[in-house]
Amino acid sequence: MEEPFLRIEGVSKSFGVFQAVKDVSLTVGKGEIFALLGGSGCGKTTLLRMLAGFEEPTAGKIFLDGRDMSGVPPWERPVHMMFQSYAIFPHMTVEANVGYGLKHEKAMSKADRAARVAEMLDLVQLTPFAKRKPHQISGGQRQRVALARALARQPKLLLLDEPLAALDKKLREHTQFELMSIQERTGVTFIVVTHDQEEAMTLADRIAVMDKGEVKQIGSPTEIYEFPNSRFVAGFIGSVNSFEATVIGRERPHLRLSVPGLGGEVLARDVPAAVEGQKVTLAVRPEKILLGKERSASANSFQGHVKDLAYFGKDSLYRVALPDALVQAHAVNARRGDEGARVADWNDDVWLSFEPASAIVLVG
Amino acid sequence: MKRRSTFLMIVLGFGFAFFYIPILSMIVYSFNASRLATVWGGFSTKWYVSLLSNDKVIDALFLSLKIAVISATVATILGTMAGIALARFTKFRGRVLFSGLVTAPLIMPEVITGISSLIFFILMADWVGWPGARGFSTITLAHITFSMVFVTTIVQARMIQSDRAIEEAAMDLGSRPWQVMFDITLPVISPAIMSGWLLAFTISLDDVVITSFTTGPGSTTLPLLIWSKVKLGVTPDINALATLMVLTVGAGVVAAGIIMTRAERRRLADERMAFRNND
Repeated sequence: MEEPFLRIEGVSKSFGVFQAVKDVSLTVGKGEIFALLGGSGCGKTTLLRMLAGFEEPTAGKIFLDGRDMSGVPPWERPVHMMFQSYAIFPHMTVEANVGYGLKHEKAMSKADRAARVAEMLDLVQLTPFAKRKPHQISGGQRQRVALARALARQPKLLLLDEPLAALDKKLREHTQFELMSIQERTGVTFIVVTHDQEEAMTLADRIAVMDKGEVKQIGSPTEIYEFPNSRFVAGFIGSVNSFEATVIGRERPHLRLSVPGLGGEVLARDVPAAVEGQKVTLAVRPEKILLGKERSASANSFQGHVKDLAYFGKDSLYRVALPDALVQAHAVNARRGDEGARVADWNDDVWLSFEPASAIVLVG
Repeated sequence: MKRRSTFLMIVLGFGFAFFYIPILSMIVYSFNASRLATVWGGFSTKWYVSLLSNDKVIDALFLSLKIAVISATVATILGTMAGIALARFTKFRGRVLFSGLVTAPLIMPEVITGISSLIFFILMADWVGWPGARGFSTITLAHITFSMVFVTTIVQARMIQSDRAIEEAAMDLGSRPWQVMFDITLPVISPAIMSGWLLAFTISLDDVVITSFTTGPGSTTLPLLIWSKVKLGVTPDINALATLMVLTVGAGVVAAGIIMTRAERRRLADERMAFRNND
């Protein structure tokens, strides 16, 4: 097997008795955007700091491009980091900030360095601001200075710690696409740490979902969203309706479950790990649930009444009361119109249905 | 609320009066033609003339300045190192002891510091034959010892505020720790280092107690000279000397204030410009 570009092998990190990272193993391919996603204190930042060399793993090894990184100090790693606070040097101009790392490129001439700085400033569209001091530019521009500075020495690996967290929502969306296009143009491997699942889904080729120092699941955004392997991942990424359920039997390719909360039985996509009689969790995404006045032909149909609805413009969120559960369903407002054009209104009796393929059975 | 309490205004008035009337009367009496400091004998500038032609005063002034500059500089170097160590290295063997030892002079009565310095210098002379005579070098050493703590405190406070990430960023970009120190840490905390130096300089310049314990024959600093002259009665030339000092310090404070206000105004203007150009 070919050696992957970045291989993290059984890495753990303890601070005293607290285990911040527990036995993490994963690989990242060259030119990939890989996201470490998790809530605060899940160990994602500690893992990033171990990649940068600021922390040494308590156990395990990190290999970058085939080279063991153990004991290599931050200043000797071909890994650069974009800090969450951007960490712009306040006493230097934009230009000097971007060029700071280049002074260690002994082989470069002064002219080469200046050309490289100009190229980087052009890449992040900051050329007119080259002579400015950091306090003379806006937050979004500072973020781009940090990016240009980290890319200037052409690192093998770029680490981004919450790259968009400090920006406002509108700027964030714009910057997301800019980051992706810069990654494409430079071909540098990106590792992004984020707590924002939307950010991870749009930016990353693959995501590792972390919780309490452990990696829960690694996969493409689609895999993680559509095929979560645990209650934690299903609940962390997007919203989900979950119900307690018991496996009644196997009807290939489906699994029959008894779901007391819905007041009936459900057909769901089979999972090999489930056995008859086992208590499992049934998870259904709100947008996979169809809402209608009439009973649909779908195998999984349940009646309830609308308890609450929230209108978002492009879609509406319905909270539907069933015998022993409150189910959330997203309905797209495809037709334009006033309140009368809605699928259902407050206190209407409605039918909820979902395809067996949309029903996720979680054993863990 | 527009109406201010009359009581508070009176208290404020008394406060200012206690501060500034003595200084004002000193300035006025420095232009007194009479030899008696407390009897007005008409306007004259003769005390200023006699002051500037008095070699003793000029020598004392230069000695004081020399001691202040050297001790402030050494104290700033040592104090900055201690401040950085205390702020950055939160765990090392003997940190609590070190921190206590560094800050002890802040609360130690000056008389104690003075006596212990004196005893130390006498013992040193016995054991290693240095210092043979007390004077410039012993005063400077003593001043370094007690003014270092002020620099340490200021630098430590500034270091705790500053973002650790900017040093890590420099390290991440290829700089070794000592390069980070000179490229990033010191330039960023340079205002704190400057004010530490100024504070150490001022403290050294007007110290009487510790200086009188560590001085020797022939080494009279300006505060010691004033002190010894006042013991024989306040004469108008002392008033003149003190007036010059007040004016110098006052001019310095006003200048620093103007420079800082201008810098602040420029920074605000820069920030407004940045937000206009926000894209």
